[in-house]
Amino acid sequence: MAPLIKIRDLHFNRGDKVIFNGIDIDIYQGKVTAIMGPSGTGKTTLLKLIGGQLKPDSGTVEVDGQNVHKLSHSKLYELRKRMGMLFQSGALLTDINVFENVAFPLREHTKFPESMIRDLVLMKLQAVGLRNARDMMPAELSGGMARRVALARAVTLDPMMIMYDEPFTGQDPISMGTLVNLIRRLNDAMGLTSIIVSHDVAETTQIADEIYLLSGGKVIEKGTPETLKTSGSEWVKQFLQGLPDGPVPFHYPGNDFSKDLLNAEEQR
Amino acid sequence: MIEFLRSLGRWGLNTFQRLGRGHMFLVQMMAGMPSLTFRFSLVIQQLFYVGVLSVLIILISGLFVGMVLGLQGYNTLVDFGAEESLGVLVSLSLVRELGPVVTALLFAGRAGSALTAEIGLMKSTEQLSGMEMMAVDPMKRIIAPRFLAGLISMPLLAAIFSAVGIFGAFLIGHGLLGVDDGAFWSQMQAKTDWYEDILNGVIKSIVFGFVVTWIALFEGYDATPTSEGVGRATTRTVVHSAFAILGLDFVLTALMFGDI
Amino acid sequence: MNSKRSTEILVGLFVAAGIAALFVLAMKVSNLGDFTDDKGYEVVANFQNIGGLKPRSPVTMAGVRVGRVTSISLDPDTYDAKVTINIYRQYDNIPVDTSASIFTAGLLGEQYISLSPGADDFYLEDGDVIDLTQPAVVLEQVIGQFLYSTAEGD
Repeated sequence: MAPLIKIRDLHFNRGDKVIFNGIDIDIYQGKVTAIMGPSGTGKTTLLKLIGGQLKPDSGTVEVDGQNVHKLSHSKLYELRKRMGMLFQSGALLTDINVFENVAFPLREHTKFPESMIRDLVLMKLQAVGLRNARDMMPAELSGGMARRVALARAVTLDPMMIMYDEPFTGQDPISMGTLVNLIRRLNDAMGLTSIIVSHDVAETTQIADEIYLLSGGKVIEKGTPETLKTSGSEWVKQFLQGLPDGPVPFHYPGNDFSKDLLNAEEQR
Repeated sequence: MIEFLRSLGRWGLNTFQRLGRGHMFLVQMMAGMPSLTFRFSLVIQQLFYVGVLSVLIILISGLFVGMVLGLQGYNTLVDFGAEESLGVLVSLSLVRELGPVVTALLFAGRAGSALTAEIGLMKSTEQLSGMEMMAVDPMKRIIAPRFLAGLISMPLLAAIFSAVGIFGAFLIGHGLLGVDDGAFWSQMQAKTDWYEDILNGVIKSIVFGFVVTWIALFEGYDATPTSEGVGRATTRTVVHSAFAILGLDFVLTALMFGDI
Repeated sequence: MNSKRSTEILVGLFVAAGIAALFVLAMKVSNLGDFTDDKGYEVVANFQNIGGLKPRSPVTMAGVRVGRVTSISLDPDTYDAKVTINIYRQYDNIPVDTSASIFTAGLLGEQYISLSPGADDFYLEDGDVIDLTQPAVVLEQVIGQFLYSTAEGD
């Protein structure tokens, strides 16, 4: 089966900083694929590259057989209607209430009558358990609720795939559990393809079918959660088990501590 | 010295880069305009925020500026025994200069800064990015309606300012200082020309509205997406708008009235 | 929905107020209110000197405004100033031997053309020429003449 998303030899720099140095990723239909790695490895950047919001320096990103960065403006927007994205902050529109936020994509892209929009919106809100919060404003929602509303909004147009940007960061254990369940359930119930970008090992390994580990602009390791756990690589072990020291040093690289101390003595 | 040249060069490059980005932004904004014909309710909503909410400050400022003009003008004119000309003095200064310029400055402070802050905040909370991913072009959905609303509001606000200002001057001139009301209006009418004075003032206010709204929206859209960045962008909107208004006012005045 | 309605009403009021303000400026403040150029007829008057007369300067008869100056040019043959005057349509019974003079409103005020009616039975029509004209009084000339005559008298 051909992958839904095919990334080949992707290079991306931000200023002088190399973010991606030739990565290949395949994401298959119906699977939950997780992209993991330490902070600052450009995981969010990867989602923006897939969504066509950023252009790579070289390499290709194909979604459903179309090269995202070769599409015309209108074709890209057509493709985006079939992509959902959940931003870290939720990115809810702050001047309209929960109901209108979820209805927003429908109002923009369809000419459905008001009663139909209402039914569809309530259905999606029901799925995330927030049907009764529909009159609240985004500012009144807790972080977890905002993310669930954003999730409902991301699936209103019944997309083929959803991208989750750090869905678990900064959540209390209850909303974390809710979200983990919701992502898996939505994926299976709606026949979605999910991409999760995260560094929360426990939650991600719970629901992911396949995991890519990124570091230093390269794919370090890929595989199912089980194979990764038994990986021989020191780096993978450090990342998955959260060891403070290992191939990724605890100290930011630079001068030796003792030397620094001596230097300070000399300066005085 | 080398360091100075280098920073000068960097400053120059940055300036040109921003200038280029600003004009590309303008082109994109213009490209978003035609789609507004189907979504005019978006423009109406923005007319409320940009126009209606600026009316109060325009009314009050216009009234006071007119009253001060009446008072100052009278005191100067009375020395020449020409206090009958107060109407002309007030109407020409308001319609040609103060109406468009002061309105534009107030507009930049009231509506322009609000636009920058709003767009900047939408950017920093990923709302613009989120819209893009929902296949909604923020240029068409967010930027273009605000631009059109600014363009429509400015001339209307300037006209209100001038009219209220003249009324304020009349209150002071006739009511307080006893200038003959017939002379006030007839001299004003004899010397104020519809094309030469009023339409040129309207053209000025449209140009100012264009520039101020453009600067405000661009600064918001181009802001560094942090609270500090949005704050700086808001300040820049007001400062750059003020420079642009006063500079353009000189150019436009020279073009319109220079050869008389 | 209700708030949307009030928004729309306020916007409507705002636009109406703006247009009303423009209308007031046009009618009350500017001379657009008496813009009846195309309804009148044009006559020409040649002056030796027009002083500070300008296009749109008023034209009066017995102090009543009857028209305005539309254009001023130099006659290349006589070196006189050729002033085209637009007279409002309702004043269609001005005799052809009417004379035109340029006066100043007040000592330093604006200059205007004053018409004094003749006694002819024929009336001015579009394209006619007013023959009897009196040039503008140029202050410097008057002062010069005054000084010259007082010097002569001594």
